[in-house]
Amino acid sequence: MSAEVEEQEKKRELRSYIVGFVLAISLTALAFLVVAADLQTSTAYVVIGIAALAQVVVHFRFFLHISWQRSTRDDLQLILFTTLIIILMAGGTIWILNNLHHRMM
Amino acid sequence: MSTAARNRHPGINLGNTDPHTHAQAEETLFGFWVFLMSDLVLFALLFATYASMIGATDGGPGPKDVFELSSAAIETGVLLLSSLTMGMASIAMKYKEHPTRLYGWLGVTLLLGLVFLGLEAHDFVKMASEGATPQRSGWLSSFYALVSTHGLHVLAGCIWLTISIIQLAVFGLRSEVKLRIMRLSLFWHLLDVVWIFIFSVVYLGGLA
Amino acid sequence: MPTTEGWWPLLFGRLSYDALPFYSAIATAAASVVVLGAITVVALITYLGRWRWLWREWLTSLDHKKIGIMYVVIAMVMLSRAVVEGSMMRAQQAIALDNPGYLEPEHFAQLFSTHGSIMIFFMAMPFLTGIINFALPMQIGAREVSFPLLNSISLWLTAGGAGLMMVSLVIGKFSTGGWSGYPPYTDAAFNPGVGPDYWIFAVTLSSLASTMTGINIAVTIYKKRCGGMSPFRMPLFCWTSLCTSVLMIFALPPLTVATGLLALDRYVGTHFFTNDGGGNMMNFANLFWLFGHPEVYILILPAFGVYSQVISNFSSKILYGYDSLIIATMCIAVLSFTVWVHHFFTMGQSADLNAVFGIATMTIGIPTGVKIFDWILTMAWGRVRFTVPMIYSLAFMVLFTVGGLTGILLANPAIDFQVHNSVFLVAHFHNMLIPGLLYGMIAAYTYWFPKAFGFRLDEWWGRVACGCWITGFCLAFLPLYPLGLMGMPRRTQEFFEPAYLPYTIVAGVGALFLLAALASLVTQLVVSIRRREELAVPGGDPWNGRTLEWAIPCPAPEYNFAVLPIVDSRDAFHAYKEKGTAYLDHRFYSDIEMPKNSMTGVVFGIALAAASFGFVWHIWWLAVLGVLVAIAAPVARSFVLDTTRIIPAEEVRRDHEAWLARLRKLPPADRAVETTPQNRGLAEAAAA
Ligand code: HEM
Ligand SMILES: [Cu+2]
Repeated sequence: MSAEVEEQEKKRELRSYIVGFVLAISLTALAFLVVAADLQTSTAYVVIGIAALAQVVVHFRFFLHISWQRSTRDDLQLILFTTLIIILMAGGTIWILNNLHHRMM
Repeated sequence: MSTAARNRHPGINLGNTDPHTHAQAEETLFGFWVFLMSDLVLFALLFATYASMIGATDGGPGPKDVFELSSAAIETGVLLLSSLTMGMASIAMKYKEHPTRLYGWLGVTLLLGLVFLGLEAHDFVKMASEGATPQRSGWLSSFYALVSTHGLHVLAGCIWLTISIIQLAVFGLRSEVKLRIMRLSLFWHLLDVVWIFIFSVVYLGGLA
Repeated sequence: MPTTEGWWPLLFGRLSYDALPFYSAIATAAASVVVLGAITVVALITYLGRWRWLWREWLTSLDHKKIGIMYVVIAMVMLSRAVVEGSMMRAQQAIALDNPGYLEPEHFAQLFSTHGSIMIFFMAMPFLTGIINFALPMQIGAREVSFPLLNSISLWLTAGGAGLMMVSLVIGKFSTGGWSGYPPYTDAAFNPGVGPDYWIFAVTLSSLASTMTGINIAVTIYKKRCGGMSPFRMPLFCWTSLCTSVLMIFALPPLTVATGLLALDRYVGTHFFTNDGGGNMMNFANLFWLFGHPEVYILILPAFGVYSQVISNFSSKILYGYDSLIIATMCIAVLSFTVWVHHFFTMGQSADLNAVFGIATMTIGIPTGVKIFDWILTMAWGRVRFTVPMIYSLAFMVLFTVGGLTGILLANPAIDFQVHNSVFLVAHFHNMLIPGLLYGMIAAYTYWFPKAFGFRLDEWWGRVACGCWITGFCLAFLPLYPLGLMGMPRRTQEFFEPAYLPYTIVAGVGALFLLAALASLVTQLVVSIRRREELAVPGGDPWNGRTLEWAIPCPAPEYNFAVLPIVDSRDAFHAYKEKGTAYLDHRFYSDIEMPKNSMTGVVFGIALAAASFGFVWHIWWLAVLGVLVAIAAPVARSFVLDTTRIIPAEEVRRDHEAWLARLRKLPPADRAVETTPQNRGLAEAAAA
């Protein structure tokens, strides 16, 4: 591989990390600011939630280099399957325990 | 052409810079990635347990009494920065910027990891001194379990970093060492992903 | 006498003379059996001078076949203990009308706790893990699993957990909290002793081991298939193993969390599941069954794979409905994550919530039904041979359907409220686990035994064992259905309702048959070893097999395939035989790289088992030391670069050609003589 191509690839990868970092830090700052500014609780929850999910996507995209490309499909499928399982397990747990909680009140 | 070497796994791919290791990496990193998914499920259940115990303070302190926005923010910043430096280390390794840069970035990452652990330990000690110990209430039990499981993972990452640095010194940039650093970097990034949920759900959710 | 001060607790924690089992004759006898058994084994190995051999050839081996065999050995030893325990409980209940019987309530409770924990974690899991480990790489045309060292670590963690179970028989008392260990009963407030700690640590070791096994198997299937082995050409056993390993990867973390948090409650005084302090014991039930339900599919899917294999093989037909079987397996795997509430319908959540999970449970019946039909249609118009594995499969199909139907009944919350915690449930799950899992594993053991050791198992004793397992199961467990409907609770040591007695007596007689079945299995093994010359099948293909593992010698060489196969159809070996290309000389051989032995797994497993023992007895130095050694072992290993060994091409060629030369002189065996000594492992189809 020519040195030039290699140089380009390196630049691309460096850029990916820096862009990812900037995005992540902005989303983090947004979430913290919402709390620091004492917004209404429900609005704050929504913003924090969206910022968190967006940041997860940023991390996967820019730090872990997961994309829709063919070559990384396996990993992506695995992440989606894991997400499904997590939603089932964590969501189910919260649903069940809340239900029990209310019925005991 | 660089695009000829297709990506085979998450994280930085060595591609044409080291075709031999790149070929090996596919299986090894896939295995590690599967492990990480299993680990994520473990965290998810700790989160679910935490969420189900949010009201269970048993008359003891609640989130607003014990959390501080500023220290959570500093910890978050440190960990995020360490993710970036870990990425820099991966790039330095890929382009064989050994020894200076590679050692440098790995060293900075290790340092940031230790700072993070120190800050967290400081938080815990402070909370405990105010009576917010894990034994105080179900909510605090679940808080400590969740956050310190993450902390233990970071500690494991720090040990792993140290060993990697030693192995670089002993063996140089061998395939085996590279593969380990590549797995370490996946591990490290994923810990940061878990932390996103910790600061959002636990700290910000508790203080909002 | 030990005191609570001075050096004793520092050195030995809460161990004391009271930990020895001399408080009861039965406990003493059981402990003596363990101790004498261990001494006999050690003495025998020493007498035969086999320590070095054992260490080099087996304990430190990273060969997937040997690791698989060692798993099966663990499973069989633990099976023997647990069957005896089950029979002891049956004997107790057969005489328990207005009668305290021969087992104290506490002892009875220990028995169902150890029996259940052992059967699930140290019989079923090692058995299926062993079978998968042994057969799967050969079926996909691979020489190794993806991570051989990890494989050995998993094995030794399992062995460590099993060892802990055995130690608990001699030192201290095991938990009385059942195999599910529900708090608050198992919390320190009500159970300060070592019992629940033994349970927690044994189960956790097994849980970690299985998670790693799952990763290893899944990656092996993804990345190690031979040329041409596209996913939809894999034997069905590989598909069910894949689904099982995915379940292991995702369903064991909840168990690890549940036992981990329970341990924190007991050791650190946290309030996850306690009555006070804001604890919520219902979350334990939730976490445990988040694992527990997928677990039953972890247990059954490999058996489904075995049955598919066996039925197709002994009907001389390609598997009917291959695609539908795969889809059904995947549906079962995903659905199994959506039904866990059916294990605690009675906990108090709303009827709507129960209804959702009840309906989800019932839907699992659909893919399972599809499978039964596929197997029946595989046999239809085939030439079915009633060998031992096939008899197990037929018994499975009938009995499992009965068990499945009772499962559908239990899936209805309204019915479950009636029979919850009755022996109806005991009947149901034994009906799934014995004809489902256990028959499948024994069928697999019989089917692949020649591939492991080079000779078939004695057919007659196999049939005797099979007959005893079937009769024994029917007598011991079918009466429990009416008994449960009559209201007899499970885990009952004594009862006062005369109407129960006839049924419990029949069940007791069934237990005798089950003991006979176990004895027949042992006899079969001894007889077969004695007749090994007669039963040898050096040709490698005793059953006129269809899949790749039968294309190589019996016993299989370390590297499995002299030259990696390339396949172009499903049932690849069958296709080779049809085309007459089954036993070709290869033109080119190349060097084969295989993993060297490693003691890392042994050290790791023993260290964590020792640490667990330290935690159980509060021997803190041992706990810390064990954990440190367990961390140091893999770290030290990571400094070893020379981890593989080359088998020269010349050696491979020599062995392979010698085998082919021998094979060509063997008399081809007609299927009519399959179970006689005329069967030397060369099928008539290949010779034709
Ligand atoms: C082969 C002969 C077997 C016999 C004689 C037997 C007998 C028994 C008996 C008497 C009980 C207690 C029932 C009660 O609570 O009233 C029991 C419980 C149990 N058995 Fe078996 N069993 C056998 C095989 C198996 C197998 C193969 C498995 C699983 C793979 C298994 C798993 C269990 C479990 C999980 C429990 C529940 C333990 C608890 O209550 O916590 N058993 N068995
Ligand atoms: Cu279930």
